Amino acid sequence: MARTMQGFEVLTGGEATAHAMRQIRPDVVPIYPITPQTPIIQTFSRFVADGKVDTVLLQVESEHSAMSAAVGAALAGARTMTATASQGLALMVEVLYIAAGLRAPVVMAVGNRALSAPINIHGDHSDGMLARDSGAVQVFAENAQEAYDLMVMAPRIAEHPAVLLPVLVGQDGFSVTHSAENVALLRDEEVQDFVGSYEIPYPLLGDRPSSQGLFAMPDAYYEIKVRQIQALEAAEQVFADVARAYALRFGRHLGAVESYRMDGAERAIVLIGSTAGTAKDVVDELRERGERVGLVAVRLFRPFPHQALEDALATVGRVAVLDRAAAPGTLPPLFADIRAGYHGTAELRSYVYGLGGRDTAPEDIAKVYRDLQLPAHAGIRYLGLLGEDQHGES
Amino acid sequence: MASLKQLALREEERPRFTGGHSLCAGCGIPTIVRTVLDSIPGPVVAVSATGCLEVATTRFPFTAWGVPWIHVAFENAAAVASGVEAAYRSLAHRGKLSGERVTIVVFAGDGGTYDIGLQALSGALERGHRFLYVCYDNEAYMNTGIQRSGATPFAASTTTSPVGSVGRGKAETRKDLTAIVVAHHIPYAAQASTSHWQDLSVKVERAVAQDGPSFLNVLSTCPPGWGHDSRDGARLARLAVESRYWPLFEVVDGHYRLTHYPAHPTALVEWLEMQKRFAHLRGIQSVDLESMIEREVTSQWQELERRTAESKVWFEERESASV
Repeated sequence: MARTMQGFEVLTGGEATAHAMRQIRPDVVPIYPITPQTPIIQTFSRFVADGKVDTVLLQVESEHSAMSAAVGAALAGARTMTATASQGLALMVEVLYIAAGLRAPVVMAVGNRALSAPINIHGDHSDGMLARDSGAVQVFAENAQEAYDLMVMAPRIAEHPAVLLPVLVGQDGFSVTHSAENVALLRDEEVQDFVGSYEIPYPLLGDRPSSQGLFAMPDAYYEIKVRQIQALEAAEQVFADVARAYALRFGRHLGAVESYRMDGAERAIVLIGSTAGTAKDVVDELRERGERVGLVAVRLFRPFPHQALEDALATVGRVAVLDRAAAPGTLPPLFADIRAGYHGTAELRSYVYGLGGRDTAPEDIAKVYRDLQLPAHAGIRYLGLLGEDQHGES
Repeated sequence: MASLKQLALREEERPRFTGGHSLCAGCGIPTIVRTVLDSIPGPVVAVSATGCLEVATTRFPFTAWGVPWIHVAFENAAAVASGVEAAYRSLAHRGKLSGERVTIVVFAGDGGTYDIGLQALSGALERGHRFLYVCYDNEAYMNTGIQRSGATPFAASTTTSPVGSVGRGKAETRKDLTAIVVAHHIPYAAQASTSHWQDLSVKVERAVAQDGPSFLNVLSTCPPGWGHDSRDGARLARLAVESRYWPLFEVVDGHYRLTHYPAHPTALVEWLEMQKRFAHLRGIQSVDLESMIEREVTSQWQELERRTAESKVWFEERESASV
């Protein structure tokens, strides 16, 4: 496997993502700056300026227009990618729903960041959760390598004839977008061969005229919508197939969920994104001390891999679900999803952490594993909240 | 310049916009769409904003469009067109397309252009995409049931600027959208009216020949919104032009030229009187309102004449150079 790789380079998540985009060589990339996504489009723009990729860059005047242009380009017959974060994703959400409804397979990198107010540029998953029900496929990376790998996988998932939906590839703002690490890049030809050519059924610039974006009354809307929902459901198998193909070819397997030292685990944490890295260290340490703890990192968030989670949590007795976003007035999103589809016997507890970029240290994670040895708490716990008893009501 | 016969022949040979849609009798929109599409020689991709045109022509599973057509939302037609145009450029550059050059045309109402779509329009004009943006301006949000827009004229009664014991119709004057577009220094912008179809057709030909963005603001009559008889659509559009309420002009590389000069303008009141939205002006207390409309129209006309005079030499030099 190693011989197929270009070798390691020290890259931030943002840079690694831009490299994936350069290697995919999309036809059109509409861009608009927003922290912490900006390094992605800056790096990509540099590749264009240096002639390393001949993509048509579209420097639009808002994220709303970026997503609108992306839908126009994708349905015209062009492989289209973009990137955004936070308020930018919020502004795009109207069009993201439409992109899913029009079955426009746009691939988008997201540097996940808190939502205003207060305004805050740091990492959490509130933006992704806002796009949760858009109908787009949504995946989250733990680190720069995963951000790169998922980006290379994304076009094949988005453009699969059974799917034809936007794919959002999330990476935590700053902790992944701006943190440099060793990233193994594939060779350009390998990436292009892996993603293949862009094919959609009725490109506007093709030779079969079609009308797209029609007005549907109650006699038709429902059926169209259910087909779209089924396409997102189909994306779970497509994701698994693409992940397997990627693993066979390049040696790295990115499943819908990653189970880390879950063999014989009695207590487990489930979470999304970069904090998995911190939690793995804590798990290693506790395992050395003989504690039976494990971690489950959720990569595929939409469609939600209920069965994969059920399997991953098969042996545990107590589970802490850590959400880096809230759902004010109800249970946090990841916890709610897990609880909705979980048929096992483990006791599930809800934590919120890291909002607005609040650091989550190994001690915070260790504290959660300790908590799991104690009787259940009521409601949601707010990990790392200053000066409070950290107990919320729900 | 295409004759009416030629346009009709083209429509017969390659129907780009068919009947059977549900736009109102007397509505100006179908005349605009047909004239625009029939005046474009090569293949077309049409983009629509949400509005009367989109709703009335694409009720699933039917479509009135014989050309590739896309609608995404209300405020983003210019951005969607930008994406289609970028796709065209990219695919052509990469040798993935063959055949004649494709013309990208946007059709959007005044709500989708003057108001909610203004930012997307401005961005697309600034970026210099090669596309034609056609605003069918019926001077209010007609699709949602006649609400005031930035294009609604002073004193017009709409459902959100109704005449009442205190309200006297819209309290503000129209936004000069064409001037805003011209401020983007695009190669071609013009105003047209459904009453002068040949003027519109020629402007479309000039617009799509540009290597960059072009814009047409076309006055579009609306029987329910303006409160006029369906059969009076063409007459009303003509009166708007002849009264100088809606002057026909073009702006080529920033230079203004009147394309129709109403030497003996009809009285504005003749135009106002045919529309229920101005019915309250008939009352004796409304004389000031009427004179305010008159003043606005006169001052806009004078400004246009001044700009036209300034540009005269430029057009003369251009024409003598091209001989």
